Amino acid sequence: MKLNLERKNGFNIIFVQEERIDAHNSGELKEYILHLVEHGDVNIVVQLENVRFIDSSGLGALLSGYKNAAAKSGKLALACCKQQVLSMFELTRLNRVFEIYTDLNEAFENET
Amino acid sequence: MCNPVLQIDVIIPTQTKYLDLIGNIGEHIAKDLDNFSGDREALAYHLNLVLTEATTNAIKHATLTTPKDTVRVTIQTQENALIIKVYDHGQGFDLETVPLPDFDQPKENGMGLYFIRTLMDSVTYTKQDDCNVLEIIKYL
Repeated sequence: MKLNLERKNGFNIIFVQEERIDAHNSGELKEYILHLVEHGDVNIVVQLENVRFIDSSGLGALLSGYKNAAAKSGKLALACCKQQVLSMFELTRLNRVFEIYTDLNEAFENET
Repeated sequence: MCNPVLQIDVIIPTQTKYLDLIGNIGEHIAKDLDNFSGDREALAYHLNLVLTEATTNAIKHATLTTPKDTVRVTIQTQENALIIKVYDHGQGFDLETVPLPDFDQPKENGMGLYFIRTLMDSVTYTKQDDCNVLEIIKYL
């Protein structure tokens, strides 16, 4: 899975450079986030602008990251979700768990 | 039973790298359906998702028992319905005992069948001679 990491305003921004998150690559995303959290990088924004498809395993990977970050007093938020991807969070009520921001600026304004 | 307008029959190795292929077939079918007046983009996503989830389940069941197994997926469009069948050779399970996700205390897994049941109109899982068949129907 192609992921880029940038650090800005005390946040680790993961840019997911894939159109699709499914059971083939969600394990890598989960491990990547876990690795960050275990190294103390517990404030994370996942930027999903390029993602046009996410399945239940992708949602599960993000939820795992959220729980791991929260367990270390951190936070995992989401930004730039396409409408169809957002609808998956709504269908599973996970939009009540995650902070989901329109763009990264909105994420920084609210999280820092 | 209506005559099928389109019949697709795909057999893949039990490897998750083929999920993209199976999901994309669903998207293409949704975009090419004649006489569909609903939200075509939403249907395309939903078919991609349902095919992805059902195939993932079949791969998981198969790899637990026979790793070199295959998964067969058939998709048939009729005038008023779309019928998906996913065949696995695993031990099978009782669809009726699969619980709804706990929305107040969400877990990392267990959402796949919820998506299939919520987005489609009929879902059954039955044992046949040498395999199990997940049959999913979406009325158009």
